[in-house]
Amino acid sequence: MYSFTYHRPGSVMEALECYRSADDGLYMAGGQTLIPTLKQRLAAPSDLIDLGAIAELTGVDVAPDRVSIGAFTRHSTVAAHPDIRRVLPVLADLAAQIGDAQVRNMGTMGGSVANSDPAADYPAALVGLGATVHTSSRRIAADEFFQDLFETALTPGELILRIDFPVPRRAAYRKFPNPASRYAIAGVLVAEFDDAVRVGITGAGPCAFRGSALEEALRRRLDPASIDGVEVPDAGFNSDLHASAEYRAQLVRVMARRAVADLLSRGS
Amino acid sequence: MTQTAQIRSETGAGGHGIGASVLRKEDLRFITGAGRYTDDIDLPGQAYAVFLRSPFARARIERIDTDDARAMPGVIAVLTGRDMADDGLGDLPCGWLVKQKDGRDMVAAPHPPLAHTQVNYVGEPYGVVIAATLYDARQAAEAVEVDFTELDPVVDPAHARHSEDIHAGVLGNLAYDWELGDRAATEAALATAAHVTRIELVNNRLIPNAMEPRAAVGAYDPGTGEHTLYTTSQNPHLERLVLSAFVGVAPEHRLRVIAPDVGGGFGSKIFVYPEETAVIWAARKVGRPVKWTAERSESFLADAHGRDHVTHAELGVDADGRFVALKVETTANLGAYLSLFGSSVPTYLYGTLLAGQYRTPNIHVEVHGVYTNTAPVDAYRGAGRPEATYVVERIVETAARELGIDPAELRRRNMIRPDEFPYQTPVALQYDTGNYQASLERALELIDYAGFPARRAAAAARGLRRGIGFSCYIEACGLAPSKLAISLGAGVGLYESGEIRVNPTGSVTVFTGTHSHGQGHETTFAQIVADRFGIGLDDVEVVHGDTGRVEFGLGTYGSRSLSVGGSAISVAADKVIAKGKLIAAHMLETVPGTIEFADGRFGQPGSNQSLSFGEVAFAAYVPANYPDGLEPGLSEKAFYDPANFTFPAGTHIAEVEVDPETGVVEVVAFVAVDDFGRVINPMIVHGQVQGGLAQGIGQALLERCVYDEFGQLRTGSMMDYCLPRADDLPDFTIDTTVTPCTHNPLGAKGCGEAGAIGSPAAIMNAVTDAIGTNDLAMPATPEKVWRALAR
Repeated sequence: MYSFTYHRPGSVMEALECYRSADDGLYMAGGQTLIPTLKQRLAAPSDLIDLGAIAELTGVDVAPDRVSIGAFTRHSTVAAHPDIRRVLPVLADLAAQIGDAQVRNMGTMGGSVANSDPAADYPAALVGLGATVHTSSRRIAADEFFQDLFETALTPGELILRIDFPVPRRAAYRKFPNPASRYAIAGVLVAEFDDAVRVGITGAGPCAFRGSALEEALRRRLDPASIDGVEVPDAGFNSDLHASAEYRAQLVRVMARRAVADLLSRGS
Repeated sequence: MTQTAQIRSETGAGGHGIGASVLRKEDLRFITGAGRYTDDIDLPGQAYAVFLRSPFARARIERIDTDDARAMPGVIAVLTGRDMADDGLGDLPCGWLVKQKDGRDMVAAPHPPLAHTQVNYVGEPYGVVIAATLYDARQAAEAVEVDFTELDPVVDPAHARHSEDIHAGVLGNLAYDWELGDRAATEAALATAAHVTRIELVNNRLIPNAMEPRAAVGAYDPGTGEHTLYTTSQNPHLERLVLSAFVGVAPEHRLRVIAPDVGGGFGSKIFVYPEETAVIWAARKVGRPVKWTAERSESFLADAHGRDHVTHAELGVDADGRFVALKVETTANLGAYLSLFGSSVPTYLYGTLLAGQYRTPNIHVEVHGVYTNTAPVDAYRGAGRPEATYVVERIVETAARELGIDPAELRRRNMIRPDEFPYQTPVALQYDTGNYQASLERALELIDYAGFPARRAAAAARGLRRGIGFSCYIEACGLAPSKLAISLGAGVGLYESGEIRVNPTGSVTVFTGTHSHGQGHETTFAQIVADRFGIGLDDVEVVHGDTGRVEFGLGTYGSRSLSVGGSAISVAADKVIAKGKLIAAHMLETVPGTIEFADGRFGQPGSNQSLSFGEVAFAAYVPANYPDGLEPGLSEKAFYDPANFTFPAGTHIAEVEVDPETGVVEVVAFVAVDDFGRVINPMIVHGQVQGGLAQGIGQALLERCVYDEFGQLRTGSMMDYCLPRADDLPDFTIDTTVTPCTHNPLGAKGCGEAGAIGSPAAIMNAVTDAIGTNDLAMPATPEKVWRALAR
């Protein structure tokens, strides 16, 4: 780790001010990606702005049709939250599958989303559920938020305040974890709404994206067998030590089919 | 048939003697944070070392500019390989000189502890920064400027012989061509065999990853001239011997090496590495204690790796299903340099094991040991024997499938029979004892072999493919005897020392030259001594890991500690009892030959007069009523040199279920029935088996070390290198059979490596059975299995 100036602002205003006055500032939420990066000297911010003392960034608000989660909410909180488990159980299930217990106790939803790791779990939920990201300056629809590998619609200094999730009729998430890191090699969230079926995919491409062809097939018939006829082209998919693009495409199909089966088993 | 009942009754007897599952004495300090590891040692005035490591797999060092680094805050010294060479330090030696098949010596490339002309693997150290704080040292390390000229690296061992020479004078990157066995007879038998099974195998390269990374703290006392090196070593006396006799850091009598609590080794801490060499050298040079603790990423790059073989094998079988010949050709990747025992692992610890449990009359093996621009490869849990077992058990299983013979039956038909021991194999070893059929039959019973077809059908109904795989392994432990091994090129003896100091109060301090870094010696050895002397377990303290306290020793590797080190302690205990009898006879006013020692008391049979162990000990130190001419004191030692290896053996059976949609393999059942000879502490033995199985299953399914074409390590962290976790493993079914070793006083054979030796072949045989192909390389990762199914 290189030396930096550490800040722990108490409000969003103060955090934004810290960022503006820093030469090369970085926000830190749960630090589960950032701290290892700093320890390996792969990042050298002049100022580190710890968001952990900002009350405005915490809190979970659950309504029958909408779940609103503060950006600094830890994964373990989402996984265990009784109201989230009741109204939006898919999100709690997904959070319970992130990393390991230590990561879940430190990592936050805002941190995960802002990082746009191609293999993170939460982006599948944002895209699959059609969430809205509320930032310090605007609202951004999930479909526009994730732009590329570690790239989002956020502008420098812009801070995520909370994320609002519409509540679907039912939904399910299936993930094929990397055996080493337990990040998603492919993760698929399928959600059934009154007027639509949405499919959010993570792990397969440079960032989370919607599976439009899968959505189309599932809208016609919400059944695992509907997936079988769908082409999942692997062009642009990630290919690495752990999985080729072709294998990822296969996993997307399999995870989608299993997610649909899970969803159907939850009744309507 | 099996003798498991014997162990159970010993265990059931309770107490703390031989055969009792006593809780480990050392665990309280480990699990309460009271262990004292090398990184816990802080010396006054201590400085910190950060190593300069090569970013390239192969490059010439043209120039190193340390001026800016030296001027940075807190920097005490920036030392390079050139400085070390100028101080006259020697190269790191390879401790086993292998003779090639044409009679020439192997070609050992010079291995300077710090490179000074050329770097040959990513992570190779070429300098060290010493500073007041770790932060200062890291900052300064980045300020060192180096001009490298990159050279084309040699990465793939299969092509090493046809690549540019890495080391001047090592033609074709060949360290040695080695062979064992009768080539002509083997080829002749293969030519006339009714059936020949052929396979190509890769034994995947592994990165050890002990929980505690390597570390060293060096200190020099200018007043006495004594050097003290704390380091994470499995064999501190060997470390001292190498550093003094070969590297020349300090004279042996002025170098004390202490290996305190060590958190796992698995072989990777046997070797003498550049880092501790540099730390003790630098401590004297800068006049301050110097500490280095590896970061995990340094461990990945610069700990000796394991395995890495490419093999072609042929097994000839006659019309009755009997093996007539086995021919094996292996290319072994030795890495950039020959590590301390790197030469012996793919030769004497590999080729000699290719008879397995079978009566194969003709065996020939040829091994090409090659250099590549990768980290050095050396012993890792099993060291050569997992590689041999993998070849034998994969090819036997494949032959069974090709011949349509039940794999258990084919093995049964070829196993050495209990009445054939001692059995001379065609590859040098003579097995002293064993009962392979007993382990096989017990394992078949425990896995419910008869019920497998029903389990396979049930899995199929769930959309899964179930397979079963066998591995009937043998290993050779407690490498021995010294004279033979030295005649075959070993640079050190293979005995072990044990010393028992009975204190005046009757408590006992035991000194062993072996080293415990997870094995539980403080408990097992105490059990042996407490059992022999009839005293309490807490009255025995076991001391190890300090050349200043233990006279000599060769450390812990090759499952040798109990069979060799424990035997030395046992012999020393005999001497204590013999002397005690002389003292007791005098005190009881009788003739020495009439005294017997039993249940902790010296006395004459039939007499009601006796003396406790403690009373005799006290008399030895307060010799009032004492035999004339007998030295006072009660302290004895023994150097035990075994007559032969020990030969643990057993059967492992795995059942797996494969998800054909994803290629995921789940190990759903695993039976291990092992014959370790006499067992001292069954609980510790079970723990060793479980740990070994986890590592073997890790190798078979998860662990994959990848260097890319540029020689960069792609699996340099736990994000990419997959170690087994608890949820990757099934509940193991573990049992033992017992044929006591015939040539050591404990009847013990060794248990530390068996799990890692037997299990990879069992898993791979099960996976290939499940998916219906013989062509699948370890590790059987999901994509690889999915692709094999798609073929």
